[in-house]
Amino acid sequence: MSFTFNEKNLKKCDAILKCYPNKQAALLPVLWLAQKQQGYLPLDAQEYVAQLLDLSPVHVYGVTTFYTMFKTKPVGKYHLQLCRTLSCALVGMENIGHHLKEKYQLEHDSVSKDGRFSLELVECLGSCGSGPALMVNDSLVEHLTIEKLDKLMEKLKKD
Amino acid sequence: MKKVLTNRFLIENSHTLKVYREHGGYQSIDKLFATKPADIIEEVKRSGLRGRGGAGFPAGMKWSFIPKGGDKPVYLCVNADESEPGTFKDRYLLEKDPHQLIEGIIICAYGVGCHHAYIYIRGEFDLAYRRIQEAVDEAYAQGVIGETVLGKEYKLDITVHRGAGAYICGEETALLESLEGKRGNPRIKPPFPAIVGLFNSPTVINNVETLSALPFIMNKGAEAYRQWGTDKSPGTKLFCVSGHVNKPGVYELPLGYPLKDLIEKECGGVAGTGRLKAVVTGGSSVPVLTAEEAYSARLDYEALMEKGTMLGSGGVIVMDDSVDMLWALRNLAYFYAHESCGQCTPCREGSGWTYKILDRIYREGGSEKDLDLLLEIADNMVGRTICVLADALAMPVKSYITKFREDFVKNL
Repeated sequence: MSFTFNEKNLKKCDAILKCYPNKQAALLPVLWLAQKQQGYLPLDAQEYVAQLLDLSPVHVYGVTTFYTMFKTKPVGKYHLQLCRTLSCALVGMENIGHHLKEKYQLEHDSVSKDGRFSLELVECLGSCGSGPALMVNDSLVEHLTIEKLDKLMEKLKKD
Repeated sequence: MKKVLTNRFLIENSHTLKVYREHGGYQSIDKLFATKPADIIEEVKRSGLRGRGGAGFPAGMKWSFIPKGGDKPVYLCVNADESEPGTFKDRYLLEKDPHQLIEGIIICAYGVGCHHAYIYIRGEFDLAYRRIQEAVDEAYAQGVIGETVLGKEYKLDITVHRGAGAYICGEETALLESLEGKRGNPRIKPPFPAIVGLFNSPTVINNVETLSALPFIMNKGAEAYRQWGTDKSPGTKLFCVSGHVNKPGVYELPLGYPLKDLIEKECGGVAGTGRLKAVVTGGSSVPVLTAEEAYSARLDYEALMEKGTMLGSGGVIVMDDSVDMLWALRNLAYFYAHESCGQCTPCREGSGWTYKILDRIYREGGSEKDLDLLLEIADNMVGRTICVLADALAMPVKSYITKFREDFVKNL
């Protein structure tokens, strides 16, 4: 087992535990913390969290695989989540998805060869009135157009 | 119009404690602690405030189910897991006026005797998450919550708990499971959360919009709240309009407001082709209305029930006449198949098969028998599962195929 929390995150973990009457309830926030530190949740990170919270590894694995935002495989430096649900689809999401595939070779659940980008088509992001909507890591981009997307990709390529 | 929920939305830095206080924030606290908890519940009952998450259950009634004088702690869970397609109102309440929600939480907590509230917020929210966390931190730092509530002898902790991407966690018992660190599988009821909820304790679960209406009711009284809306659906409601309208967005309107006026007056009319084909009134899970039905509909719980649909979350999705309803239903079926938690066979299998059949008809065609099969599967999903996710797909399936059959037949 190689994953461990750094000192800063161990302190954060202690603060999280104080908010709940038992350790299990802290599982989601502690997994978020581990994912933030590592970029994703490899098995050793899940086992570490299990030990930390007195849970069985299989319980933790069951939880990480239930929630779509917990990643058990590495994602790109820029993880793109394109909303595919009805309201965004009504205002042109399909064209955006097509463009990502044709121009950037990004498909659902794929990572670019250089590891810079990954794409996931996700369900409703709660941005229905300002679609098409795209999350770039933690930030939301709304009213997306092909031009806006190209500009964004150019910028992210240089970062 | 003076409103209940959105009065501060256009004020700069409305999300900060300072601006909130300058514009009437936390004024209800003195009155609150001078009133008996039971009288708070009565006042909310009199206001007729109903749950704004989708089900429309009377809020005061829900609170009154909490047993009095038990030895277990009482919890309040704020449902900020807004994820019903077409719904984006709670997000704005969290982004623009998080302290209004915190004041609502204080009112509810005092009413039901709760000393620890959890705000369960969906993982995808970015600004909304940061704003509510900052507001809670600010409230602690300024003594609004914590060991006392603004100096009143009442301990109240608030914890913001972030979900991780699961539609089902908006279902209240799945939300509890998720908060307890488990997979979000809904629980069998009874027992209801008011008796056995979070950590086996009595629990109230209320939507962000429901709680955000409480400061107004506390300050101005139940009668003032009833100046809007209808007798059975009093007050105002946030409507989120998306799809083919010229001005999509969130609108606070009195319940009973004509849907036609919402589309044409508030939202600047139908966009795209300019001709209306269909409207979803309460988030993607409710039966769809034809243009004709929509133009005579009023937006309240009872009026929409008479039209065979529901007010739901207030997520209004407008579709112009270029929309292929087979394409639209296929999109939604994928959503529900993806989001089914997988506990109950009728939902897990039914949603998967529904999507596969619709996808096949869409890409390769099919026969009339396929449409009958879709309706039969829908019939076998309704009312046969632990939660209503199965019904939430079956209702669109039935209404889309029945009301827009020609869109399906053309692909056969």
